[in-house]
Amino acid sequence: MNERMNTAVDASPRTRDSAQAGAALELADVRKAYGTREALRGVTLKVDRGEFVALLGPNGAGKSTLFQLLTGLFNADSGRLAVCGHDIRKAPVAALAHLGVVFQQSTLDLDLGVAANLKFHAALHGLGGRHARDRVADALGRLGLTERAGDPVRELSGGNRRKVELARALVHEPAVLLMDEATVGLDPASRRQLLDEVLALRARGVAVLWATHLVDEAEAADRVVVLHRGQILAEGRPQALADQAGTATLADAFLQMTGGGGERSD
Amino acid sequence: MRLSHAWLALQAIAGREIAKFVRQGGRFASALVRPLLWLVVFAAGFQNVFGVSIIPPYDTYIPYQVYIVPGLLGMVLLFNGMQSSLAMVYDREMGMMRLLLTAPLPRSFLLFAKLLAGTLLSVLQAYVFLVIAWLFDVEVPWAGWLTALPVIVLAGMMLGALGLLLSVQVRQLENFAGTMNFVIFPMFFVSPALYPLWKLEESGAAVVHAVAQWNPFTHAVEAIRFALYGQLAATSLAIVAGCLAVFFTLAVRGYDPQRGMLRRTGGKPA
Repeated sequence: MNERMNTAVDASPRTRDSAQAGAALELADVRKAYGTREALRGVTLKVDRGEFVALLGPNGAGKSTLFQLLTGLFNADSGRLAVCGHDIRKAPVAALAHLGVVFQQSTLDLDLGVAANLKFHAALHGLGGRHARDRVADALGRLGLTERAGDPVRELSGGNRRKVELARALVHEPAVLLMDEATVGLDPASRRQLLDEVLALRARGVAVLWATHLVDEAEAADRVVVLHRGQILAEGRPQALADQAGTATLADAFLQMTGGGGERSD
Repeated sequence: MRLSHAWLALQAIAGREIAKFVRQGGRFASALVRPLLWLVVFAAGFQNVFGVSIIPPYDTYIPYQVYIVPGLLGMVLLFNGMQSSLAMVYDREMGMMRLLLTAPLPRSFLLFAKLLAGTLLSVLQAYVFLVIAWLFDVEVPWAGWLTALPVIVLAGMMLGALGLLLSVQVRQLENFAGTMNFVIFPMFFVSPALYPLWKLEESGAAVVHAVAQWNPFTHAVEAIRFALYGQLAATSLAIVAGCLAVFFTLAVRGYDPQRGMLRRTGGKPA
């Protein structure tokens, strides 16, 4: 087949064919219900290239559902989700190719080494040989993990494991990075470090959607989207949201909007 | 889907399965000890009880050990098929499955790659068992080693696909042992693995005999048995291929985001 030709095209770094067209990430009136429980009730959202958007919501707001839809693990009941213009439902393969994900739950193979985990991921994304080795080395270097490349993941601290997952999500140079409560269980220093690493990706044109229930993480964002009970309550710059709510800080605004946290038993 | 991409992913998925298998030395040992016990102990004790008459594909009287070789090959494939699906359930609990399913490849291909990787291990174990049987003087024709290969691959895939399908249904690791009991043992015993089916008919167990005809494992064993002697059991082979197609299609459906297990497992509010 025309395999060789394709490989040659792909070898040129950063082929961002469709990334230029429109927003990097686009959701239009997305709805999802589990039985009678509506997890998402018409969510519309856009993330541009190089933009860091925090999806702030209490537990049970629908953040995880949103991420499951974005990664094609579920289908939305209605509405449209697109990554770099590729509809996740109609063209899942093209959409997933532009997507890097760090899941809330660790998805590392504990028995494999750090670099081996990244290489496995590279192969799943069609990167092999020297090309893959370079990308893996590059990703590890960026996160200061070069010296740990040969270590089994099992021996790594929680903070470093998360860094490995971030490095892995960047191996195929995605246009969009999804972080699903990625700092859960980390100490404050590791949390800050991970956030800083991701903030730095903006300079490279990566669009980031960072889901969290922690206000201080959202404060670093270009834009905050407050999700509550499956609906977007407000969105804007962190300070603008506080001003709008008439509160001193984003934290107060968030508490006010979600009714003191609004956590539900689920 | 680019061909080179698919090939890289397949290599990676198979490589991971093999590496895991190598790490679990005990799994390999138990996979071989199990049929070996049947061959050496069970067959020795029972060979005079059963007394196998001449039935195709055999053209002469054969020792009981020789009779049960195809059945034990089937057992190796069956156990490994179930073991692979156990790994799927484990991967799902550990989150690895998410990584796999969010790779930019068609989901059916990813499941197919998993199936092929598991089958590779099945076939490998089946041939190691043949070598051991040969060391114990239980011989099948040399040509049979070759003619049986495609059939063993097909049967391995069919039983692997069954495992894949079960992994859709079994959501938790703890439930797996029960499933194994309800699948592996009935399939193995209600089949010609240990005795020719006419024995069942003869002893009046008509229902069991009828059920055995509907057992895919029956046809896997018979297809392998004939292939080992250079003969083609066309009907059995067709049934094995048909079951493979049905099991795999259902498994792919099961892993579909709209219908399958993900809907149910992930369905709980997170």
